[in-house]
Amino acid sequence: MSPDDLLSRVRELAGDLVVESNTNLGDPTIVIQRDGALGLFRTLRGEADLDFDMLTDVTAVDYLGRSPRFEIVYQLNSIGKNHRLRVKIRVPEDDVRVHTLSGIWKSANWLEREAWDMLGVRFDGHPDLRRILLYEEFVGHPLRKDYPVDKRQPLTEERDPVVQDWKF
Amino acid sequence: MAAERKLTVDAAEEVMDIQMGPSHPATHGTIKFNLELDGEEVLACDTEVGYLHRGFEKMIEQGTWTQAIPYTDRLNYVSPLINNVGFSIAVERLCDIEVPPRCQYIRVIMSEISRITDHLTCLGMAASEIGALTVGFLTNEARELLWDIIEAVTGARVTVSYTRIGGVTNDLPPDFGDRVAVAFKHLNALVDDCDKLITRNRIFYDRMSGIGIMSREDAISHGLTGPLLRATGVEYDVRKAHPYSGYENFDFDIPLGERGDNYDRFLVRFNEIEQSLRIINQALDNLPDGPVRIDDARYVLPEKHEVYNSIEGLMNHFKLIMEGAKVPAGEVYQAVEGANGEVGFFIVSDGSGRPYRCRVRPPCFLGMAAFGDMIRGHMVADIISTFGMINMIGGECDR
Repeated sequence: MSPDDLLSRVRELAGDLVVESNTNLGDPTIVIQRDGALGLFRTLRGEADLDFDMLTDVTAVDYLGRSPRFEIVYQLNSIGKNHRLRVKIRVPEDDVRVHTLSGIWKSANWLEREAWDMLGVRFDGHPDLRRILLYEEFVGHPLRKDYPVDKRQPLTEERDPVVQDWKF
Repeated sequence: MAAERKLTVDAAEEVMDIQMGPSHPATHGTIKFNLELDGEEVLACDTEVGYLHRGFEKMIEQGTWTQAIPYTDRLNYVSPLINNVGFSIAVERLCDIEVPPRCQYIRVIMSEISRITDHLTCLGMAASEIGALTVGFLTNEARELLWDIIEAVTGARVTVSYTRIGGVTNDLPPDFGDRVAVAFKHLNALVDDCDKLITRNRIFYDRMSGIGIMSREDAISHGLTGPLLRATGVEYDVRKAHPYSGYENFDFDIPLGERGDNYDRFLVRFNEIEQSLRIINQALDNLPDGPVRIDDARYVLPEKHEVYNSIEGLMNHFKLIMEGAKVPAGEVYQAVEGANGEVGFFIVSDGSGRPYRCRVRPPCFLGMAAFGDMIRGHMVADIISTFGMINMIGGECDR
């Protein structure tokens, strides 16, 4: 299936969930609405001619200053049919949540935990939404654009290596 | 978790909670397993990663596009060239750049050399951790031969930073073919020795066979790629499924397993070494002449004599260093076949000289996510061989 055929098939299935779609640079991409997205993902997984059996990646992009601010990006892959699709959902700053996909693909479990850890996206219905790369005491979500790059949150008190009380 | 425990354990027995790691002598990598044990048997394993998290994706957003390339070395630092190639191809797709054929071939050669070093590391470490220490020494010796070649080409052994947007830093040295021929002769002898020592070794076979089994459906659902997926018999290799950098011009096979256990993973990796050697030999036989980078002042630094002797060269150099190459706005997902599986770069550019967002899809992160399912019901000692075959590289898993 060519990228354009694939996209028109997905548009047909998505119906009025579609916000926009394109095949820029050869990657078929579709932006859908949040409500009802879970059902569409189930359809994409189940339809025999699409057969998206692998959820390759889940991440989010923070477009600070734009509304809606966050874009959650899913990369789907079909091993059997050998095609890819990128699905995006835009969510506003004051309600950064989508439904989890961990009931459809097992890989969603850790990938969604990472998106929560790094960008603060809440996944409703996730079985175990803990931080994964950072520690539980960490405050904030470092990949958000308003998180300062030089901010430090050490778990133990930092010592000045030059000025310290040497005892011999 | 609690409900499951009741099903598998008699209430009279005591379940033991053990924390293995984060710094354990038999795991090459900093990782913590929170185990629930019934005697020697693993009932549940909660894996904690992130000990090597350095904020890779945040740091890439701070510099120019070219300054991101050294960071990609530090993802999978056992095969850094593959990450370099993946990042560069992704950016080149955004810029609509086609690199010269010689550059494509050089990238293929260097990627495959890296793949061999990665597989040798994985096999040697896994073998020595379960007692076959000699194999570890032999593979390290073989890896050293290849690192010497990489050093001759790039100037560094591990932190190579060899590719650039639109090409590679420099051409292959004139005696490259001879060096490779000599190294491969020794390499083949060493790999043969390893083959004789462990492939049909009774102790090794018993430690690996039937351990960490994962079905095809589970492997796909868990997002496993690379040797972990191919060991279950699924023929998925990014080099064949979505060819990049001219891989469609090469003739090579995809080694497959049947059962998806550790022994199949071992065999897939072992046989891929041979296939990589085939690709390198084909590439060297047909290596085209010509430049190794494009001639486009918007993306590629000018030659030094132009910088020092012409105002255009000096200005181009200054603009590229201070502001960075202006990559057109857009977004792209580019996957390459890393040694551990599909390494994906999802890149968003806003048209300025700096990346807006760069997401790396790490293959061994998903391997570690599946680890709990692989090890459930096996013994504590099997953790070592299963972990060894996932080949977690901290830099890539934790970024």
